[in-house]
Amino acid sequence: MIEIDNVHKSFGELDVIKGVSLRVNKGEVVSIIGGSGSGKSTLLMCINGLESIKSGSIRVDGTEVHAPGTDINKLRQKIGIVFQQWNAFPHLTVLENVMLAPRKVLGRSKQDAEEMAVKQLTHVGLADKLKVFPGKLSGGQQQRMAIARALAMSPDYMLFDEATSALDPQLVGEVLDTMRLLAEEGMTMVLVTHEIRFARDVSDRVAFFRNGLVHEIGTPDQVIGNPQKPETIDFLKSIN
Amino acid sequence: MFSTSFTWNDFLFLLQGAWVTLLLTLGAMAIGTVAGVLCGLLRALLPRATLPLSWLLDVFRSVPLLIQFVLFNSLKSIAGLNWSAFTVACIVLGIYATAFCTEIVRSGVLAVPFNLRRASRSLGLTYLQDLRYIVLPIATRVAFPGWLNLVLSVMKDTALVMWIGIVELLRASQTIVTRIQEPLLVLCIAGLIYYVMSLVVARLGARLETRWQEND
Ligand SMILES: Nc1ncnc2c1ncn2[C@@H]1O[C@H](COP(=O)(O)OP(=O)(O)O)[C@@H](O)[C@H]1O
Ligand SMILES: [Mg+2]
Repeated sequence: MIEIDNVHKSFGELDVIKGVSLRVNKGEVVSIIGGSGSGKSTLLMCINGLESIKSGSIRVDGTEVHAPGTDINKLRQKIGIVFQQWNAFPHLTVLENVMLAPRKVLGRSKQDAEEMAVKQLTHVGLADKLKVFPGKLSGGQQQRMAIARALAMSPDYMLFDEATSALDPQLVGEVLDTMRLLAEEGMTMVLVTHEIRFARDVSDRVAFFRNGLVHEIGTPDQVIGNPQKPETIDFLKSIN
Repeated sequence: MFSTSFTWNDFLFLLQGAWVTLLLTLGAMAIGTVAGVLCGLLRALLPRATLPLSWLLDVFRSVPLLIQFVLFNSLKSIAGLNWSAFTVACIVLGIYATAFCTEIVRSGVLAVPFNLRRASRSLGLTYLQDLRYIVLPIATRVAFPGWLNLVLSVMKDTALVMWIGIVELLRASQTIVTRIQEPLLVLCIAGLIYYVMSLVVARLGARLETRWQEND
């Protein structure tokens, strides 16, 4: 369970997150929608400690993410994150990209790591690209590789930060399909996305972010189908 | 007909000089690379704290190498150190190479996109693992052409060590010129040897680079 409790975050003078509370239960898929600059990416990065917070607390399975004594590298093993830019390691093959963390972080043997990597890459439809370097892949393939790379750590949570926003339109579908598959398998996920239809399909709850706050939250049918706040209505209109 | 007093033995003498040139280059680059990687990493990762280091290295980059040789050599005598001229040459050239290598490594490390480092840390890699498995390999590919240039330029700069009494390739050729009075021929041959040595280094480097580029 991810428990976000009254979190504030600022970059210098700029207050980016102004008191967000959100709880994501095991097996739940929560989508975060909202305008650019509303703090969605920042919140995701606070969840796995890539960004610090000013006040409040974030707990993952009861572990305080930002407490000084927390072994953050250990905690990150169970929180996968996929970014907007696909971030393939260019000097490693697809297989090596996926094997790196299981080998170096989890200390798996080469054989185990490879087995896991092949399994995950097959899962995302890249079984025929194992020995290829990422530079030779399309954006959609690189993004699916990034998903496999995160999944190879057997995470309990997956965070997606606009995973399809940097892709050519014809490549968006394949990545969304991969994410949908994950959701159906019961992965606990937090998705930042502009794909409203997709969010409505796969989410258990949707949160609309505005100015560093959760402005409206509820089931997809409530927030997307029948939004109550004028700002939510405007936002949904603006991206349709 | 073309006749010359340049003998086979003279040629061997030149090759001996070339060997010294190679050894000096090797020694200087070994020092320069190890120290340069260390200093370059520090400069890239702790830019504030290591500012004084960059001032120091700037001195070695800007003062002409010849002055550094002569100064260091006299310092050595004053301090009463019993170092061979070869050691002195390696150290001075090594520090000189360090100063340049530091900048090459620093810009290589800074060229690694921050997003990649964030991605590797998000997988649970520690700061040091990220350096070892992500930053260094990528920075190496970026920095390599600059490093190769440095090798070639250090190889030529070794010629200056004749001022402290080492017989390397250039000094060897001058000795022969003094004896047989055929400067054009001898210098052409010496130049050719420099050229061949550089060519080999450059070719080896190019081969490595293409192997990396095939991956991109
Ligand atoms: N590293 C940073 N330094 C300073 N400002 C930042 C940084 N990252 C994000 N911001 C600012 O924080 C605000 C929220 O950013 P972000 O979380 O990326 O929004 P979103 O993902 O909702 O578009 C923006 O105004 C952005 O400019
Ligand atoms: Mg964002």
